[in-house]
Order: sequence, then structure tokens, then C-alpha cells
Amino acid sequence: MTLNQQRKLKTIMTGLFAWTIALVLFFPIFWMFITSFKTELQAISVPPALFFEPTLDNFRVVQERSDYIHHALNSVITSFGATILALIIAIPAAYSMAFFPGKRTKDILLWMLSTKMLPAVGVLVPIYILCRDYGLLDSRTALIIIFTLMNLPIVVWMLFSYFKDLPKEILEAARMDGATPWDEVVKVVLPLSVGAISSTALLSIVLCWNEAFWSLNLTASEAAPLTAMIASYSSPEGLFWAKLSAASTLACAPIVIFGWFCQKQLVQGLTFGAVK
Amino acid sequence: MKSLTKTTLACAVSISAAMSAASAFAETQITVATVNNGHMIEMQKLTPEFEKANPDIKVKWVTLEEGILRQNVTQDIANKSGLYDVMTIGMYEAPIWGDRGWLTPIDVSGSYDANDILPSIRQGLSHEGTLYGAPFYGESSMVMYRKDLVKNAGMTVSDRDSWEHIRDVAAAVHNPSEGVYGICLRGKAGWGDNMALMTTIANSFGARWFDEDWKPQLESKEWKQAVTFYVDLLSKYGPPGSSSNSFNESLALFNEGKCGMWIDATIAASFVTDPSQSKVADQVGFAQSPISVTDKGANWLWSWSLAIPAATKKAEAAQTFVRWATSKEYIQLVGETNGWAAVPTGTRASTYANPKFQKAAIFADAELKAINSADPTDSTLKPSPYVGVQFAAIPEFQAIGTTAGQMISGALAGSMTVDQALKSANTSADRQMRQAGYY
Repeated sequence: MTLNQQRKLKTIMTGLFAWTIALVLFFPIFWMFITSFKTELQAISVPPALFFEPTLDNFRVVQERSDYIHHALNSVITSFGATILALIIAIPAAYSMAFFPGKRTKDILLWMLSTKMLPAVGVLVPIYILCRDYGLLDSRTALIIIFTLMNLPIVVWMLFSYFKDLPKEILEAARMDGATPWDEVVKVVLPLSVGAISSTALLSIVLCWNEAFWSLNLTASEAAPLTAMIASYSSPEGLFWAKLSAASTLACAPIVIFGWFCQKQLVQGLTFGAVK
Repeated sequence: MKSLTKTTLACAVSISAAMSAASAFAETQITVATVNNGHMIEMQKLTPEFEKANPDIKVKWVTLEEGILRQNVTQDIANKSGLYDVMTIGMYEAPIWGDRGWLTPIDVSGSYDANDILPSIRQGLSHEGTLYGAPFYGESSMVMYRKDLVKNAGMTVSDRDSWEHIRDVAAAVHNPSEGVYGICLRGKAGWGDNMALMTTIANSFGARWFDEDWKPQLESKEWKQAVTFYVDLLSKYGPPGSSSNSFNESLALFNEGKCGMWIDATIAASFVTDPSQSKVADQVGFAQSPISVTDKGANWLWSWSLAIPAATKKAEAAQTFVRWATSKEYIQLVGETNGWAAVPTGTRASTYANPKFQKAAIFADAELKAINSADPTDSTLKPSPYVGVQFAAIPEFQAIGTTAGQMISGALAGSMTVDQALKSANTSADRQMRQAGYY
């Protein structure tokens, strides 16, 4: 085998491997999608029915039973609200740590990340009681605050990784021209980091959109997002897979489409710093 | 100055009049937390009828998965959050929460006709004679079997068979090469999953959870016989992977025609006889749960009920709603709107006396008999200090039952012996009861 052939084979094998992984990852979404067009009996049939007469009945049931627009609006407001709030806090934090690192900056960053390792249920009761006492139960405000705190470590880390690779000379030049720290951030750092900030924001939106634990525990009817709507279709006594799949498809659709359009930025966000 | 005073006075009077008018027509919004099942969904659809009759009350629904519902309503009620004004709770929670003062007693006065509620259901939802949960639907357990398969195997299923006979029938119809398994039973670990069924088997073998001094009895010979029988039966004649099956998994198998028999909640009867979801709808027969040395506690007893948390600020509106949703008139409304086979059953004697219901529900007699034969205050052969058929209505039971369920599920999966499973479960139960200060 010539070197050229070996290279070709390697490319084919890598492509095949990547496609296999991609298909394995995509399979649950595909299965959810086709199950949403089955009847309940078809949804549980063994062996699974691959060819069937599709029905939109499950979507009709979801539409009748749940206020989809209300739940979707809650998801949009809480996801975008929490992301904006997280960026407002994280940008100055990442800027200061990237350009004016102290002796303990790395420890602080690690400590911030370590909060993500705490099981959420461990702080459920105190947070629930705080929300109760401040009248925040079943409110979007509570979810925005919680989502912000939940994603803040990741947002700070991602922005920090990008900021620290910006040439310091640019900032020094700005300072020479009399820029204040505010000017440095607004007029120099932010314009240079639009791509990084967009991809960080996208990731944060996706994480907020998919969050279920806090949404289920802190909301009831008014602030319940789409994840809470999905949970309402699971039944202890009765077949529910087709309806649950329809609800999940409707809940996933906006963020999947959004992610599809923004995948370039998402990949960039997830990989910056990784190959430097 | 005089004119200014007059204007101010006129404004104040107008604002005050407007506010009074607004408060006279103010809507009280109540939030109802419920579990996702067919009957509850029907109730949501019929809520506009309630709102039409009570224009000053608006109902908001929160439907949750059973486990999440339990967690949320427990959190809400224990922290007195007042997030929900009406909550769906089970027969396990009603007496415990009633005892703790977390629930407002149900107003059974006037036209509500509480005497029409089936005695065992009413008893199970009460504490010291006070009703804390208005039953929305009730259920027991029974045998559902394939008449065609049993007949072809040359066997019979009578109204109340012994467990030994059920095993023989399971052996006769068991034909895995054709995709038919003799019997489908719950095996998934959980106090409300495998332990609901397991406790009824144990009861009929003469076992009990605790003795009169609250000492766990899981290592008794009756428990060993019951669990050994169950593991043996399901291992030989059950479908593969039974240790992860609960109600829905068994329902799917039965509706697909893969189970010769299925012993589970009576509510399943309406699903397995519905041709739109069952391939064997016209071949299903019903019988009472099997017995061994006693018929005490052989049928379980459960009810989903609507309860009003003590922390709600809208108790009056909540009472009005609960009384409507669990009334005879509501059952009549469902019957007339959706057909009599769709009415919530297991709550009122008048439902079973209704000829239209009897005609529509072929399982009615078997279901009523099963519910009436369950007595939560006398469910074990030897005396026991607890209330409940397939559970003991004490706060510690959830943890004790779930641990025992995990052990028995492990024995079914073959990861430990029955003796090891029961020993571990008993040790864990003993520790929990000691820590809780029972002895």
C-alpha cells in the first residue's frame, strides 16, 4: 500500500468513525421524533415498528392539554435572561482575572468550577426556603437567578480562556492613549471578543433551556418552562411514550433549530483554548 | 379650596366604589397539583364546567410525574409554601399528613354524601375518623388473564385461586418460543412498585411487616416462603428482565399479547379491554388476587385523592372544587360526556349501582369485590400495629419499603439469594425503626 493510499484509508476510516459516533449520538433524537408520529400501541411494540402510518394525534393532544406558548415563552425569557445576567457578571470577572491575575487567580477559577461538582439536590432545601421567604416560588425571577448562578462558572471559564489569549499589547496601547478600564473593556476587549461572547452565550442558552431539576422544583404553573411541560406527560399508570415524545419534540425543536444555525459558533466556543 | 376638597372626595368615593366592585367580582385562582393519568386528564378537560358553575373560581393545573409530584407536594406542605391549593395525594400520605396537621379536613357536609364512599377507601384516607383526602379514584389488585390461552392449555381460572394453582396455570400457558410468558408481575424496585405486589403475596402467606412491638419481621418463615415463591414463579414463567418491569412495562407486554396472566392494579382493566390500545381486548378475563394460607391482605388498596393543604389561603375555593371533583354529580357528568366506561371508579357505591356503568364496564363486579375485600385496618393474619394493606402508613415506610424492594429485585435478578435479600432488608428496617424511636 502506497503512502497516498494509506492516507486515503485513514481519511475514510476517520470519516466512518466520526459518522458512527454522530449517528449514535443522534439516534435518541431521531427515535423520539419518529415515536411522536406513532400510536401508543405502535410506540411500545416489540420489535419496534419502523414502517407505520404516521399520525399527528399526539401533537393534537399536547396542543390541547398544555399551553405550549406559555411554557415556551418561559423557557425563552429564563434562558435569555439568565444568559444576559451571567454575561454582565462574567465579562468583568474574566477580564480582571485574564489581564490582572493575582496569586490566587487559578485557585479562584478552580473553586468556581468546583461548585459545579456539588449535587444540586444538596442545596435544594435552603434554596427552596429562600425562594419561599422572598416570594419567588413559581417566578421567572427565581429561575433566572438560579440559572445564572448555575452557568456562571462555565461562562467565566470560557471567557477567561479567550481573554487571556488576547495580545496584552493592544490593551497597553489603549492605555497609552488614555483609555480607562471601562474603555478597555467596552472599546477594545468586547469588539475583539464578539465571536467568543456569542458562542459562550449560545452554550449558556442551551444549558438553561435543557435544565429540569430546578425548573421542576421551584415552579408550578406560572413560571414552568418547557422541561416541566415534558415531565407532565410521564404517567405511572397508562401508556404515554408517543405523547411524551411529541411533547419532547415540540420542546426540543426551537433549541435544535437555534443550535443548527449557530453550530459554527458553538463548536468554536467549545474548542477555544483547546488547541493553543 | 372647597372645590379641591369636593373633587378629592369625589375621586376617593369613585376609587373606593370601583375597588369594591372589583373585589365583588374578584376571581379566586386555585392551583391544583396532580398526577398524569387518564382520569385526571379528563377532569382537566371538564374543569370549564366547574368554572361555569362557580364563576368566581379559576382553576390552574400543574400535572407532574408521580415521583416529582410526591417530592413537590411534600416540599410544599412541609415548608408551608402555599404553592398549591389542592394536591393529589395517595392513601399512604393522607392519614400521615392528616395526623401532622398539614391538611385541612374535607368538608363532607350537605349534599356531598360521604356515606356513598366505599368504606375501605374512606377508612384508608382518614385519620381518627376524619377524612383528609377526597377519593378521586380507587383501585385494588386483581388477576387479568387471557381466556383463549388458558382454555387452550386445558386449565381454568376461578374467581379466587390459590397461588399454587396460578403457578400451574402459568406453567401451562408459558410458551417463550411463541413469545408468550406464563405470568407478568412487577419486579422493579420501589415501595409502590414491586413491594406493593410483594406485600400482598406476603400477606396471603401469613406474613406481616412489623410485629406488635414494631419489630421488622422480614426474616420470618412466612416472608421467606412468599419471596421464594415469587422469585421462583417469575424466574420460571415470567418475561425476561422482570426485575425492571412495573405497571407500564407489564401493561405494554399484556397489550401486545405476551402475557398469559397479569396481576396488578384494577385500573389496568380499562386499558387491557380497550381495543384501541390492546391487541387482546376481547380475550381478557378477570379474577380476584390469589391467596395462600389466608385471604387477608391479598388485594391491595389504593386511592388517589384530592387534599387541601393547611397552608393554603384559598381553602374555601379549594373545598368547593374538591367537593365538585369527587361528587356523584361529577361522575354523572363524565359518564354523560365521555361514556360510562371512562368514569373514575373505585370511590362510590352509587357508581357500581348504576346500570349504565355496569353495562359499559365488564370489570365492574370484579373491581368492586376486590376493593371491598381489602381492609387496611386488618390486612395480616397475625396482629400488626399498622394501617395499610400493601404498605404500613408510617413515615418511615417509604425508605424501608424501597430498600426491601431493591433487595428483592436483586434476588429476582439473581444477584443475591432470597435469604440474603431478606436479611439485608430486615437489618436496614431494624436500623430505621430504632433511629425513629419505635423501640
